[in-house]
Amino acid sequence: MAKHHVAAQVNGDEVEFLCETEETLLDVLRDTLNLTGSKEGCSSGDCGACSITLDGRLVCSCLVLGCEVGGRRIETIEGMARGETLHPLQQKFLEHAALQCGICTPGFLVASKALLERDRDPTETEIRYWLAGNLCRCTGYDKIIKAVMDAAAKMRRG
Amino acid sequence: MATMLTTATDLPQTYVGTRTVRPDGVDKVTGRARFGADFNLPGQLVGRVLRSPHAHARIVSIDTSKAEKLPGVKAVVTRDDFADQPSEFIPAGEMMINYRDMVRNILAREKVLYEGHAVAAVAATSVAIAKRALKLIEVEYEVLPPVIDVMDAMKPGAPVLHEDLFTVGVEPKPDKPSNIAKRVEIAQGDIDAGFSKADVIVEREFKTQPVHQGYIEPHATLASVSEDGSAEVWCTTQGHFIVRAHCARLLGMDIGKVRVTASEIGGGFGGKTVVYLEPLAVALSKKAKRPVKMVMSREEVFKASGPTSGAHVKVKMGATKGGRFVAAYAELRYQAGAFQGSPVQPGVMCAFAPYDIDNVKVIGYDVVSNRPKVAAYRAPGAPISEFAVESVVDELAKKLDIDPVELRLQNAAREGTKAAYGPKFGPIGLIDTLHAVRKTDHYTTPLEDWQGRGVASGFWFNIGGETCVSLTVNEDGTVSLMAGTPDIGGLRASLAMVAADELGVPYDKVRPIIGDTGSLGFNFLTGGSRSAFSGSMAVVEAARQIKADLCRRAAKLWEVPVDQIEFEGGSVRPVGDAATKAKPMSVADMAKVAGKTGGPIGGYGRINAQGAGPSFGTHLVDVAVDPETGRVTVLRYTMAQDAGRAVHPSYVEGQYQGGAAQGIGWALNEEYIYGPDGKLQNAGFLDYRMPVASDVPMIDAIIVEVPNPRHPYGVRGVGETPIVPPMAAIANAIENATGIRFTDLPMSPPKVLKALKERCRNKV
Repeated sequence: MAKHHVAAQVNGDEVEFLCETEETLLDVLRDTLNLTGSKEGCSSGDCGACSITLDGRLVCSCLVLGCEVGGRRIETIEGMARGETLHPLQQKFLEHAALQCGICTPGFLVASKALLERDRDPTETEIRYWLAGNLCRCTGYDKIIKAVMDAAAKMRRG
Repeated sequence: MATMLTTATDLPQTYVGTRTVRPDGVDKVTGRARFGADFNLPGQLVGRVLRSPHAHARIVSIDTSKAEKLPGVKAVVTRDDFADQPSEFIPAGEMMINYRDMVRNILAREKVLYEGHAVAAVAATSVAIAKRALKLIEVEYEVLPPVIDVMDAMKPGAPVLHEDLFTVGVEPKPDKPSNIAKRVEIAQGDIDAGFSKADVIVEREFKTQPVHQGYIEPHATLASVSEDGSAEVWCTTQGHFIVRAHCARLLGMDIGKVRVTASEIGGGFGGKTVVYLEPLAVALSKKAKRPVKMVMSREEVFKASGPTSGAHVKVKMGATKGGRFVAAYAELRYQAGAFQGSPVQPGVMCAFAPYDIDNVKVIGYDVVSNRPKVAAYRAPGAPISEFAVESVVDELAKKLDIDPVELRLQNAAREGTKAAYGPKFGPIGLIDTLHAVRKTDHYTTPLEDWQGRGVASGFWFNIGGETCVSLTVNEDGTVSLMAGTPDIGGLRASLAMVAADELGVPYDKVRPIIGDTGSLGFNFLTGGSRSAFSGSMAVVEAARQIKADLCRRAAKLWEVPVDQIEFEGGSVRPVGDAATKAKPMSVADMAKVAGKTGGPIGGYGRINAQGAGPSFGTHLVDVAVDPETGRVTVLRYTMAQDAGRAVHPSYVEGQYQGGAAQGIGWALNEEYIYGPDGKLQNAGFLDYRMPVASDVPMIDAIIVEVPNPRHPYGVRGVGETPIVPPMAAIANAIENATGIRFTDLPMSPPKVLKALKERCRNKV
């Protein structure tokens, strides 16, 4: 069967790609568009390392097919910093040492950003439950939660 | 966060001990950092592995002819592509290596020994073709009965995995093969005399399940072998020099012809100290003459890599009425998986290491069964034996009516204590950690119904080993630092801080990288909590070479005797009679005139690091038990551990907190679940339940610093000890909440609920 031709927007850029029916959006991002910031930890939607937003909604890109995203708006970790300016979440993750190996970090950042866009002032418990779909095996989550809370406070201050 | 500080040295320390931003950080928050699966080469093929559907079977035949004929298939490898290896044990850090077993683990030879055991591998032009090719490989199996449980595997008449495995360490030497690979023992004093002095004796049996390291990044590798026989490998590993050694050995290549580059590594915890895919990718690439990329699925990671042992442990301890331990005995039976080499030896050595006990005996058995071969996991072996011991210590405290921290203090190992496994301890921080947790308000905060509090201590040796670091002062005075141990959790930051302090240059002028195997001498892997300990020692060595060289250069430049020149605060300066002869010159000043004073400036630390100081920790945990569901919630967690000297406190705390969280998973949820057919039933993150953010509270990490006298900055390894105490601390807290002593991990809701119901029934 012929490949699907798909046109979508990725991090503000118009992109076109060809993909097989069974290729996931994560495959397309990583292998076709060379955006390897989204990581594959499980391919079953359990680890959150491939988190992206699709039309503003937080999803696991391993659970979306590439051929489903025609005309849609995709945001990945690569689109998070603005020029040389890191997003406050990125900055706070660095300041709080909220990463050790860093493989889960893109997913946590994308998921945290999606949270703070919905709720400017989440409680610790709300952050923990929102991020329960993202696995981290290194940090015990402590510094990640603190970084998100600190970033939220910074963003509220403007 | 309290930090009890005893300054390690009086060296000028500008950066060591501060919380700098890691130099590799920005790449990791922007998605730029390249991990194992992020490398690609033009013309690369996709490699896939055919795995055994059976837990135990003899391979009658393997026919790859149909797969080889499939268009798009460029290479197929089986056991025939790897020469057999002799059986000999080679020490490798915390574990032992036997190439006879390694060659059989990467591709099965006579038998498949666990579900998921690799049987063949293919390289093809696409994923779809590779998958089709696997289906075309015909393997004829003679299915054999599997044995999964360690106690079953030890029974006479159990299915035997290896017909040539005879128990080592027993007299007389057995005349029949069995699944018991070896028996080990340590002893000191007179155990019977010790128990005869005891007023209270507690004896218990414990069971633990295998748990996986659970790194989020699956194993991944890219190999390219050229026509001249030289190979390049990119992979996620804790030790690229080890990957090089294994690939060269298994494929009969010269070590110098294999160049391995370690990618950023997405977690390892011991599980990436071994090879699975790398030799297969090299073999496939050699055949196909094209680069081959291989990435494991999560299911493959669970079924065919790691985990650590499950075990059966018996512990008996005796104490006097006053609370002095007089005798301690333990028997450990550790699952090794399909090939011998469980961490039972360190388990034996660590079991009673936190305590000063005159009469100790520990016996261990290394037992094979039809499970994946175990790999190191954070303090390999210690969490299992110390879980059992720390549970018994808690029970003794209860029987003696002594506070559990007080009982530990009365018996704690301290400087001068002779450990049962051999050495006399130097300065150690166990007592300090016990005091530290007792001083917190956590220790005295009142609890409610169905809540309990538990405490447990833990020990790990830590190691040193072969380490090379190069330091180069560039033309503009910036410093390039190259280390050869993969950075899993802040190594580059720590090494750059030490280099900056040694050379008196700004931290952000030091750029640390992890060099490939062609760029440095042999480095042992990142493991044994050794990389910051050994690496910083090598940095100090390299920096001191540079400083001595700069003094010699300045001597020539200023025409003053070298003994009248000092390096201090980042500058060379004339002192004594020569003090007024020249103005001090900074490292950057000297770099600018390097061409006139002897050429490039650099140092090379090449050491076999000795003197790793052991690290002790004590954990304090509150839990709530839900009587309706049996679910245990961790409410509050405080831990104290001796870091010697925390180079970067945030990353030390990170090691503490991460180890504690892994321990929480081990205690409450994680386990390998097998069916009677010997097949793993929970090979995915949904069913193998690791802690998520909503499962754990904040983890208060207290850094205790009792300097290690054998390190220039007082550093001890910190990475492994944190996973040792949590299981017992939580079991002790559950006992405190419910009055029920759990001895069987994990203490998952069904098990807890069952125990609560049984107690109700017994009461009725």
